[in-house]
Amino acid sequence: MQSFLKSGKLGPANVDKGPSTSKTPKKSKIVPWVEKYRPQTVNDVVEQNEVVSVLEQCIAGADLPNLLFYGPPGTGKTSTILAAAKQLFGNIYRERILELNASDERGIQIIRDKVKSFSQLTASGTRPDGKPCPPFKIVILDEADSMTHAAQAALRRTMEKETKTTRFCLICNYVSRIIEPLTSRCSKFRFKSLNESMINERLRLICKEEGILCEEDTLKTLVEASGGDMRRAITCLQSCSKLHGTGVPINIETVLEVTGIVPQKWLTDFIEVCKKGNNMNAVEFVKKFGCEAYSASQFLEQFNDFLVTTNTFNDKQKAIIGEKLGVSILSAIISRYLKQFFQSVNYFVQDGGSEYIQLCSLAASVIIACNS
Amino acid sequence: MSLLWCDKYRPKDFSKLDYHKDQGMALKSLTKDGDFPHLLVYGPMGAGKKTRIMCLLRELYGPGVERLRSEVMNFTTPSNKKLEISTVSSNYHLEVNPSDVGIYDRVVIMNIIKNVAQTQQLDVNGQKAFKIIVLTDVDSLTKDAQHALRRTMEKYIATCRLILCATSTSRVIPAVRSRCLCIRVPAPTTEEVVKIIVETASSEDVDFPKKLAERIAVMSERNLRRALLMSEACKVESDGKLTPDQNIAEADWLVMIRETARLILAEQSIAQLKKVRENLFELICRGIPSEIIFKYLLDQLLEQCQLGLAAEILENAAIYEHQMIRGNKEIFHFEAFVAKCMYLYQNVLEEMKCDF
Ligand SMILES: Nc1ncnc2c1ncn2[C@@H]1O[C@H](COP(=O)(O)OP(=O)(O)OP(=O)(O)O)[C@@H](O)[C@H]1O
Ligand SMILES: [Mg+2]
Repeated sequence: MQSFLKSGKLGPANVDKGPSTSKTPKKSKIVPWVEKYRPQTVNDVVEQNEVVSVLEQCIAGADLPNLLFYGPPGTGKTSTILAAAKQLFGNIYRERILELNASDERGIQIIRDKVKSFSQLTASGTRPDGKPCPPFKIVILDEADSMTHAAQAALRRTMEKETKTTRFCLICNYVSRIIEPLTSRCSKFRFKSLNESMINERLRLICKEEGILCEEDTLKTLVEASGGDMRRAITCLQSCSKLHGTGVPINIETVLEVTGIVPQKWLTDFIEVCKKGNNMNAVEFVKKFGCEAYSASQFLEQFNDFLVTTNTFNDKQKAIIGEKLGVSILSAIISRYLKQFFQSVNYFVQDGGSEYIQLCSLAASVIIACNS
Repeated sequence: MSLLWCDKYRPKDFSKLDYHKDQGMALKSLTKDGDFPHLLVYGPMGAGKKTRIMCLLRELYGPGVERLRSEVMNFTTPSNKKLEISTVSSNYHLEVNPSDVGIYDRVVIMNIIKNVAQTQQLDVNGQKAFKIIVLTDVDSLTKDAQHALRRTMEKYIATCRLILCATSTSRVIPAVRSRCLCIRVPAPTTEEVVKIIVETASSEDVDFPKKLAERIAVMSERNLRRALLMSEACKVESDGKLTPDQNIAEADWLVMIRETARLILAEQSIAQLKKVRENLFELICRGIPSEIIFKYLLDQLLEQCQLGLAAEILENAAIYEHQMIRGNKEIFHFEAFVAKCMYLYQNVLEEMKCDF
């Protein structure tokens, strides 16, 4: 490893800068689309109107509160604050922000030392070039849900004491992992899963810029499969466009493969096997399914959607299976968000339980339901 | 030193792959303009994930990636604990399994990516501006370690690409999945396995009976690596002439699990539970992953128990296995599961007695 590291000369001190600012033209050519199309101003951020309007007011001169952004992956949380910082501070934004994420050490000691000393630096209201800028700095704690509670607690004092010179922006997926004293000190903004038509529009734009051919139906499938995650949608689009050579229109099979959707056939076969009522055959089927490597949680999600709409099962049967899936049929209809909390099999799988065993036990319940 | 068949005949180029050929071509065109996204390659054991990753690296960097060296890296945790982890690397890539250091995997991830990303490519005017880090066993990374990947994956994307390798995506957090192109590598079909066994053997001038190959393909559960190892073992054992019905040596831990299942169903008592416990303990000590033990134990119980208990056993397996993964003393959860099975079994036996 050492020689591996030494084999290249150390990069310039600013490697940290990240890809979007790489100066060599050769490099910018190979920046992936997710980075290339990362919003550069808060106005570019799609959908999250509430936070955008607050930030726009700040850019126009209003004061900035401490912020807490939360929401699912790929909805623009990191992009929004970075874009805002660039707009607020212009070319000196590197000096004015301290970005710490889950890959940085963020124990109590770091919070006490690094964050505190950064917060105590004074910040003037003008830039070196004479233009005005806000007289504060921003500490961005990205992926804050992976900070220990002790470290979060250590942040409390600093946050309170340095209100004059520093603003904090906490970003996380699950707001429940942030301790109450911190959340109560911040203005909270929930980043919604992006609406399908918004993603569609953005992908259309990228297709146009990049000269990608894609039928409306194919694009629709891709957008649906991304589940409101813009990053995932963009990565899929780029991958699909490359997997079968450039210049060829994207076909729907590629989209299905890349997004990992389980073909409908597996769902119907699963139910057929269960209807026959033999547990051992069902176990065999699950083994076969396992060899295909489809994700069990994807399967469960599709199975759940199928269950809600199908009339293969009567309500009583649905209730039995639903209990196993851990979802009352009602809540599934009410909200996708709630659903995540209730799915017990799905929860087990994501929480590390063996996919094989969990699916076998689901099959056993479906068999019981079929016989009732 | 003679190489094992499965290593000796590992295809080195996409054009030489025996199955999933279309996917091979797709991966090839993915790398065509010298760029590609972070990848998450997933599929069951022995399906050929590693082979495809190596083909990809070769496609990108040429044969130089095959000059491998292994080294031990040292890290220190914030609490000043010293960690050692072994890595395999070439001039262009680095492969590591962060789970080797257990719960300290986050420290490895934090340091490795930054180190690699901050050293630039040797070949200044060369074709690639980035190096590649291959992380294996990503589904056993702790959640903390997975979170540590997130922003790093974005920040250093210009100088460093990741290839993550996992058996399934369910345990990979959505935020990491969202940053990768996910590539599914299904196991080869039984027919494909048979074909590869026969062809490999004939490259070694061994005449391999098709029927034997078929039996191996089924027994190996379409795990190609395991199938080739079993075939080679058969050849060694047969000294010269392979026969279609010859004995296929089974791993001794599998034999032991079968025996354990038999014990559970033979007698339901505290003494018996103790015997079972000893067996399970031994399996764990031998380093068989507890998930694997659980899976095969369950299979054996279902196969050997003829009393229509499948549904109950499965339901309990689902609960206890999950608890086992969550908790840290596997043996307790095994024992609880075994006790439950014994109880269920005994109940059925009693009922049957009453019916007479
Ligand atoms: N609201 C949005 N408008 C435009 N582009 C978006 C939006 N959300 C996400 N994207 C695209 O997705 C990429 C990732 O977004 P970003 O890094 O902001 O996600 P995030 O919310 O921080 O996700 P995570 O929780 O995984 O860190 C961006 O580079 C951008 O291309
Ligand atoms: Mg982010």
